[in-house]
Amino acid sequence: MDIVKLSAIEIRDKILKKEISATEVVKAHLDRIEEIDKDLNAFITIHKEEALKSAERVDEKIRNGEEVGTLAGIPVAIKDNIVVKGKRTTCGSKMLENFIPPYDATVVEKIKNQDGIIIGKTNMDEFAMGSSSETSYFGPVKNPVNEKLVPGGSSGGSAAAVKANEVPLALGTDTGGSIRQPAAYCDVVGIKPSYGLVSRYGVIPLANTLDAVGVFGRDVSDAGLILSAIAGYDEKDSTCYEYPVDLTFERNLEPSEYVKGMKIGIPKEIYIDELDKRLVGKMDEIIKLYESLGAEVVEITLPHMEYCLSTYHVICKAEVSSNMARFDGIRFGHRTEEYSNVDELYKNSRTEGFGEEVKRRILMGTYFLSMGHGRKYYEKALRMRTLICYDFKKAFEKCNIILTPSSPILPFEIGKLKDEFVVKDFTSIFAIPVNLAGLCAMSIPCGYIEGLPVGLQIIGGRYEDLNMIKAGLAFEGGMKNGI
Amino acid sequence: MVTKEQIEHIADLCKLRLSEEEKERAIYEFTLILQSLDEFDNVNLENVEPTLEVNKHTQRFREDIVKPTLTRDEVLENTEEKQYGYFKLLKIVE
Repeated sequence: MDIVKLSAIEIRDKILKKEISATEVVKAHLDRIEEIDKDLNAFITIHKEEALKSAERVDEKIRNGEEVGTLAGIPVAIKDNIVVKGKRTTCGSKMLENFIPPYDATVVEKIKNQDGIIIGKTNMDEFAMGSSSETSYFGPVKNPVNEKLVPGGSSGGSAAAVKANEVPLALGTDTGGSIRQPAAYCDVVGIKPSYGLVSRYGVIPLANTLDAVGVFGRDVSDAGLILSAIAGYDEKDSTCYEYPVDLTFERNLEPSEYVKGMKIGIPKEIYIDELDKRLVGKMDEIIKLYESLGAEVVEITLPHMEYCLSTYHVICKAEVSSNMARFDGIRFGHRTEEYSNVDELYKNSRTEGFGEEVKRRILMGTYFLSMGHGRKYYEKALRMRTLICYDFKKAFEKCNIILTPSSPILPFEIGKLKDEFVVKDFTSIFAIPVNLAGLCAMSIPCGYIEGLPVGLQIIGGRYEDLNMIKAGLAFEGGMKNGI
Repeated sequence: MVTKEQIEHIADLCKLRLSEEEKERAIYEFTLILQSLDEFDNVNLENVEPTLEVNKHTQRFREDIVKPTLTRDEVLENTEEKQYGYFKLLKIVE
């Protein structure tokens, strides 16, 4: 038995049946990381000793016949913008190269409470600003599918770690596609839950009104398992949704059972010029698959989709500029060695600590919020956001879920777009509207085109995460059955 | 059109130093991005309410009970310089 190839659910079952121990599971995954991560660079920090200790505690509980949590003995990787007490949390930046958080994020606490084993912190675009995991201070992440390709980003380390069997489960964050786009490029499942379903306490923010913590797994059931473990109201995050959301589903039903009576909407606006023509045929296959499972497929319209990128640009950068003000070189983070007054201390620390893309976004965001530009750009973007939300509201009157490709293009080579300035990064053009409207969405693998993985995005209404999961289970089952 | 003075002002506001080359690049990039945002004018937004947050915020009341929080030592753990239980800084007010 190759332990690292087991799913999270299989691992837990085998541990409960005492076929394997949590210690064996953790050792196998640590060995796998040791073997391949030097090359892959998915991890920034590994928590070897603590992981083994936590595994030993789970084994002890099992030996004593105590009850164990839903993640018992399952290794989990955490994106390095989520704080773990006493463990370096860098955000992929020189700014936080030596930052040791004094507390756990709520999601980390929840994973520990469910006996999950935190095995390390994953590499990412610096402060989650990027979509190829190339802007990290700790070097680019490679794609396990093909090491010449980017893994997507910004949660590229988490996606790559799951694909490469370094862990069965990982956490990521998604502000404008940062879970779904790497999930698509690395051929794994990635879920961005509805805004406010999962606590953001202890997550270093990028853009507060867009950020969501989400999950990666190699199949929908695994991703659903960890999503259930981390979801729920948290009084430490005032943007958390205060009512319980049912996330329970049955595994291994007939695929058609999951989409019984479900209406699936296809936005006509996805057929943009930037869409890789090979994905058009793929979308047709996907639509046929759902129809063959008995779902009704309808055309819908999202009239303001073309303005999503601009809207996102302004809102995200404005929030970035405000968020990044906390890095002053005084309380935590990089401090310059050269300064003779406080202004120099701020400026030199920030100039040395931040990478190029981070500085670019701070500058732009500051511009949007200053010198009277607030009305011209920021306020217009907020108004446009209202129309985008309304478009989805109207669309969901006609359907239960919406399908788009996760990314309009297939994974590209490392270095190809790194130093190129693009006015609009369209690789996440279908992901961004979901964040603007606070909806849930997953990226699910749907085969390969010429050796390149393809991801399908399944969008659900806000707090209709279960619909999205069911549509994912149906698709996964349908693919497996070769429908 | 974005001027060099504007870029310098913005950089000062967000406490970043830019080289001459970086300033030039910022002017170029700002100009392109701002041009692309003219597309907002294609839509009549006058009577549309802005969306600041997608969720309605309902702040919960709670009992006024003291709960454990970070200790002073924990808060000071990540700073470079501290003294007498405080962050140590240069004199700010002359």
